[in-house]
Parts: sequence; C-alpha cells; structure tokens
Amino acid sequence: MSTGNPNVSYFEASHGIKNWLYTLDHKRIGLMYLFGILTALMIGGAFALLVRIELMAPGETIVGPETYNRLFTLHGAVMVFLVIIPGVPAALGNMILPIQLGAPDVAFPRLNLFSFYLWCTGAACLLLSIVFGAIDTGWTFYTPYSLGGDHTPVMLAIGGAFLLGFSSIFTGLNFLVTIHKFRPQGMGWFQMPLNLWALYATALMQVLATPVLGITLLLLFMEHFLHIGIFDPTLGGDPVLFQHFFWFYSHPAVYIMIVPAMGVISDVLTTFSRKPIFGYRFIAYSSVSLALLSFLVWGHHMFVSGQSKLANMVFSALTFTVGIPAAIKVFNWTATLYKGDIRLKTPMIYALSFLILFTIGGLTGLFLAILSTDVHLHDTYFVVAHFHYVMMGSGLVAFLCGLHYWWPKFTGRMYPERIAQVCAVGVFIGFNLTFLPQFVMGSRGMPRRYWDYDPEFAIFHQISTIGAIILGISMFTQVIYLMASFKIGKKAPKNPWGASTLEWDAPSPPTLYNFPEPPEVHEIYEYDDIVEESPDNWVRVNRKGTGTKAEH
Amino acid sequence: MKTICTSIAICVLLALGSVAHAQDSAAGAPAAGAPADAAAAKAPALPAWIQEINDRPWDTGGTFWLPTKASLQADSDFMFYAVLALSLFFLTGITAFVVYFTIKYRHRPGHKAEPSSHHNDALEITWSVIPTIICVFLFIGGWDGYVSMQTRPAEPLLIKVTAKKWVWDFEYPNGWHSPNLHVPIDQPIELQMTSLDVLHAFYVPPFRVKQDIVPRRYTYIYFTPSRLGTYRLYCAEYCGMNHSLMKEKAFVHEAATWQRFIDEAKAAEQNMDPKDLGKMVWEKKGCIACHTIDGGAKVGPTWKGSWGQQVKLTDGTTATVDAAYVRTSIMEPQKQLQPGYPPSMPTYAGQLSEAEINGVAAFIESLK
Repeated sequence: MSTGNPNVSYFEASHGIKNWLYTLDHKRIGLMYLFGILTALMIGGAFALLVRIELMAPGETIVGPETYNRLFTLHGAVMVFLVIIPGVPAALGNMILPIQLGAPDVAFPRLNLFSFYLWCTGAACLLLSIVFGAIDTGWTFYTPYSLGGDHTPVMLAIGGAFLLGFSSIFTGLNFLVTIHKFRPQGMGWFQMPLNLWALYATALMQVLATPVLGITLLLLFMEHFLHIGIFDPTLGGDPVLFQHFFWFYSHPAVYIMIVPAMGVISDVLTTFSRKPIFGYRFIAYSSVSLALLSFLVWGHHMFVSGQSKLANMVFSALTFTVGIPAAIKVFNWTATLYKGDIRLKTPMIYALSFLILFTIGGLTGLFLAILSTDVHLHDTYFVVAHFHYVMMGSGLVAFLCGLHYWWPKFTGRMYPERIAQVCAVGVFIGFNLTFLPQFVMGSRGMPRRYWDYDPEFAIFHQISTIGAIILGISMFTQVIYLMASFKIGKKAPKNPWGASTLEWDAPSPPTLYNFPEPPEVHEIYEYDDIVEESPDNWVRVNRKGTGTKAEH
Repeated sequence: MKTICTSIAICVLLALGSVAHAQDSAAGAPAAGAPADAAAAKAPALPAWIQEINDRPWDTGGTFWLPTKASLQADSDFMFYAVLALSLFFLTGITAFVVYFTIKYRHRPGHKAEPSSHHNDALEITWSVIPTIICVFLFIGGWDGYVSMQTRPAEPLLIKVTAKKWVWDFEYPNGWHSPNLHVPIDQPIELQMTSLDVLHAFYVPPFRVKQDIVPRRYTYIYFTPSRLGTYRLYCAEYCGMNHSLMKEKAFVHEAATWQRFIDEAKAAEQNMDPKDLGKMVWEKKGCIACHTIDGGAKVGPTWKGSWGQQVKLTDGTTATVDAAYVRTSIMEPQKQLQPGYPPSMPTYAGQLSEAEINGVAAFIESLK
C-alpha cells in the first residue's frame, strides 16, 4: 500500500518526483498512464494529419511513398497499442475502478506499478523503432513482408508490442481480482456500476487473448533470428498462419477497445439523464457476451486471404451474432433518454455522439460480415472508415467522454465547460467529415494504404482531409485546456454532475486511500436523493441506501 | 445539432448519388479512344489497332456508391443496396429518437425526470429477436452470392497470374505475357495466381472480385466479364513501397477480337527490334518503377547515358556498363551495387527470355 499522509488528497499525501515514480497509489499510476497516453495521442494524431495532408492530391504532395508507408504504420501502431487499448482500462480504469468499488486501491498495487513500467518500456521500443529506421509493414506486421530485407527495426517494434501485451495482461489480472474480492458488502454483481461490468469483461479478454499475441511475436522472433520456418514461405512456413495468430489476438483487442467504452457511456448516459439505466441486466450480460464472442470471429478479417470456404461460412455466421448484443445496447441507451432530464454537459455531448457514431460503425460492419459484399469491400477505404467509426468514433470518443466526466474527480479541478462543449461538437463534425466520404470511395473501389490514387477519388480525399484538420484542432485544443485547468481550473466539488455511483462520495481529489471513512453503498443509478445544492454541486439528502459500510 | 449535421450530410450524399447515377447511364459504352495514328507515333513497334486498345483510358463510371458492373459476379450489388437501405433505416430511426428525446426531455427550469420503467422484458426481447432474424437473412444472402463466386465454372478460360513487387504478369493460353489483363466478354475466366515475393491481392472493382495472392501457393478467382471496356486493376494487399503504383488495366474484348489481339500482340513482340523489345520489358516488367530513362534519379540509377560509363561499385571496384554488366544486374542484382542506392532490386532470373535480356541491353545502349 502506498505511503504518505492518508488525510489529505493524493496529490499532497507525499511530495517529490521519487514519490511519484515509486508510487503504489492507483490514482498516481492512472495519472501517469494518462499523461503517457495523451502524449501518444498527440504523436499518433500528428502522423494521421501528415497522412491526410499527403492525400490532399494524387501523387506526391508532401512526402514520397516510403515515408508515407512509415507514417500510416506508425499512426496505426501508436494509436492501437499506445492509445486506444490502454486508454479506458489502464488510464481511466486505474483511476476510477477502486473508487467505484469503495476500495482503497487495486488488489495488487505493486503489479500495477510493474505493468505501468512495462507499458513505458514497450512504448519506448515502439517509438525508438521510428528513430532506428522506420518500419513500414502496417500495424498488422503481415508476413512475409515483415520478414523481408532489412527489418531489424520491425523486431524492435514487435518487442515493444510484446511488452505492451504483458502490461495489458497484468492490468487485466489485477482488475479481475479487485472486482471479485474488493466489492463492498451490499454491492452484489448486479449492484455494480455498468462501467465495472465493462471493465470486468475487458479484463477477461486481456487475460485470455493477449498471451496469443505474445506467442505470435515470439514465433516471429524465432523465425527472424533462428530461421525456423513458421510463417516464411521460403522456409516452408505459411504466411496465412500468421494472420490467424494475429487476428486471434487482434480481434478481441478491438473489443478491448470498445467494451470499456460502452461501460463509460452507460454511466454517463444515466447520470446526465437523471434516470436509471434502461435494461441494466441486458447491458451487463451483453458486455460479457461480447467479450466471449470476440474470441470466435477472428476469421472475418481473412475472407479473401485464401482460407477455406467452410471457415468463411462459419466466421461470417458467428460475426452476425456479435451484432445482436451491440444492437441491444444501442436500443437500451436510447431508451434511457426517454422521460429523462437531459443536461448537455460535455460528457453527455460525447455520449450522444457515441450513440450515433457507434450505430454507423456497427451498421457498416454488416456490409463486411456479409461474404459476397466483403469480397468487394475488403482492403478498401470502406474498411478504413468502418474501423475508425468503431475504434475512434466509439472507442476514443468514449475515452474523451470519460476523461471529462471523471476529470473533476481525479484532478479536483473543473475543465472550462463552454470551450469543451464547442470542442466536443467539433470532434463530431470533423470526424464525420473525415470518414463519411471514405465509405463512398471505398465502395467505389479505392484500395487502402495507397500513397497515390486515381483522379476520380480526389474530391473525397479532399473533404476527408478538411475534416481531419477540424478534428485535429478540436483534439489539440482539448489537451491545452485540460492541462491549463490543472492550474487555473475552478475547484471541483465532491459531486459536480449529481452522479450516483460510489466514486462521487469520495472527496475531489480523493484522499490517499480514497475515502476518509468507508462509504455507504447506495442503490445503483437512483437519483431521487441527490439534489443540486448550488450549480454543479450536488449532495445526497435523506440517504436511504442499503445502510452497509464498505469494509476492508 | 450534431445529429442534424449527420442527417444533412447523408441527404447530400444521397442527392449526389442520384446525380452521379444519371451521368453514368448517359455515358453508355466506352468510346473508341484516341486516333490510331497518334497512338502509333508513340510506340511504332506494335500494330496500330493493338496500340490503340492499349492506350484506351480507364472506364471510371458507376453509381454514387458502386463502380460500373462488368461481370456476372457483380450480383453482390443487390446485397450491398439492401444493407444500405437497412442501415439508413436504422440510423435514421436511432438518430431521430436521440434527437427527439434530447430536445423533448432537455433540462429546463421546472422540468424533472419522470419515473418510467427500468426495463421492459417484452420490448427488450422484441428488439433482440428482430435483429437476429435480419442477421439470419443477411448471412444467407451473403453466403449464397459468395458460393456462386467461388464455384469453378464449366470450361473456364485459364489465365495464369504472377504477382511480384510491383508488377503484374498475365500469361495467356498462347504463351504471351502481358502486365495487363485481357479477357473476352461472356466467357467464364479462371485466374490461377501466385506471388514471387510477398502477399498481393487481385482486385478489379467493376468485376467485384478480390483474392489475396500468396507466395508458394495458388489461389483462384472465377468471374465472367459481362461488359466491354477498360477497367482499373489494383493490388489490394499492402506489398511495400510502390503498392499504390501496382495498378494496370483490365480489358474486356469482343470474343472474336480477343484471340486476334493476343496472337498479334505476341507475334509483334517476337519480331520486334531488340531495343523496342527492351523498352517494352522496361515498361511491363517493372524496371520503370525504379529506373528512369530521362536522367532523373529514382530508387535505382537512371539508364539515360549510362551505357559505356565507368561506375564505382560498393565493393570498391569499378565496372563498365556493357552487355555483361546489364546481364549480371538482371540475374544477380546484389552482386554489383552502386553506392547511394538501396540493395532492393529482386533477381529476374528465370523471368526474362534471352531475347528480352538482350533487348534490355540494346534499349540501354540506345539511351546514350
């Protein structure tokens, strides 16, 4: 357990850089993750903008094909491995999960710090590979291309991904144990906030899927250094086998991005509608069923890879089953708004954006699950647009949503509401402007990962680039005002949103062990007893919770 | 606000769609192309009518959403439009509900959340079952179309495809090789494909077929061209630096013209002057991707003015660019590297005939 004065906020409990670097406090670790992730987000975003600017016109605009290939590879690798996968679970999850449980910390604080340093090392390897010779394989590292020529930097990047994978496994393990063992009395499984259900489902996937990534990357290492023919056709290996291994991990990884996002959205929608979530159990079960189904659909990335017709049939059918829990969630969220008292604070604007963007991402997934249309659309911009709607439009938007929602809690400061609302709308407009045209050029036959393109696609690329610039400005502004609010933001009250979950009963920012005294567990998502005393300051009156205290 | 923007964007997209569609139906079949004599002036080596076809521009028509249909396999279009309609229906519905609820139940003085049920089993089961039923139909529709694409037709015309960074090679039944695909209309086609290096993928959007090409393995594509024209042919699987330049033309010919075309093109190449043949190799076999003939620098050294020159090699020796040097460069490119250029050239051993190797040397000699 971390050391320091337990009666003041975790910022003031102890001082000095050493007390941060060696901290075992989940909030400090979470905050350090957050800084790492926001830095990676800026870097990945800069790569994205360079890619989009290069595509303003056919032929060479600002960079040649080699540089372009490196840019999109790094954009993908940084965004997937350093931003979206750790975004909600490692940063927000670390900060919030124990407090939502009314617990003083995660179950294994030392393991938590270890996974943070693994993450840093992995991130450093990945970024070093830029300096060492710039990888250009795409973030998927498909063989045999990733084995050819002088690709030592690829091995460095892969080593980075390997360490990042272990960081993810340890975080998942930590969260599983914490949720099993640290729930306070009075909080059964079905009294947990849906955010915890989502983090639980995510942790299951992290623990079960990520080892496969480790195995795959180890095999690549062995092939590269020992010349064992596993994936390399010239040594008798099978390059398509690599795709199976890769997607067996990377498909669940997509759900590692989206399932925690769904948890954040569930909590935020009910808070700002001031109404219980509609269909709590359906949403909770659908998080877990998405986690389980995520292991059974990897082959839908490979419909034209040369895998058998039978395999394609099975994977297509299984893929449709994923659509059902996803659809249920969207309907339940929409129904939560019904008869509510809706306040369009920034987190709510993001949550409503999420509803629309996730719907588009989900529906366009149908085109790709259908075998005959996927043959035409595979590896075109249609796929690019689809997965950006899911990974960015849903995953990253939910991360921003949660970041604003919990910002007052873990920094003790309010962000500037008006600017934030404008940026949230900017993200929505910029995002759609960037990616809606990509659906059209994709279905018209524009292949992805193209440095040069044919003139008939120019207009779509130009709209897309303009959208990306709007998106980039909105994102950059957010980082600026969030950082500024650390110093100049208004002091946050305990409960600025009138939310009902336990973290809002802790001080803002929380004390070293989160709660000065064990909190009382209340009925989940009940708003009748929470009233707005003064603007943005809500208090509980007439507590009618189950009356039990959290004990540890 | 945001949702309104989405709806506007969608309306605009749909409106543009109908306009583009109208233009397509007006355009009709492709025109005859550039005048034959102008084309012939560029490359005197080929018969004029063959050159005229080779120079035809790409046919880029289509609807707003999909390119022109040019094969029987394009029946997946029905599924595409069906899901598009379904998606627009659900997206509009959900957006409408979200916007309506947000406006109707927005916070304002005096407004409070009204009690409503936390769940409703009948409703929730309904909205679980309906998507399930829809998904079953979508799966069946997609599977059906896919099976017809994947079933080998009776008596197909076999064309062998070899892909490598960043060149296509199509081998026709008469032994002729071309970087372009030439197929007769209404004839079922079988492509037998393999790669010499990394993964590639064959993709002709108007045919609606795509298949990865895997080294040391054969993969197959079946389709039946149904519309005359010149279409874009892409590599759709990322294959390195010039992935986006690995694109050629797919020609659909009249059944009778097709045979004459491949026969005469083959004969013309056999009787060609060596330096014309060399120029054709430069264009067709991918030399063009790295070597210029105008003195400009690319991935590899330019051919312009290199003949007879003394060049420094990375091992410290010097060599004279002559027929022997050119031959070694083609067969064992890593053996004599010039400083300042990456060692990225693959060997062409076994891929060029003796006449073609001599042709390349003759072509470089002509660029003095």
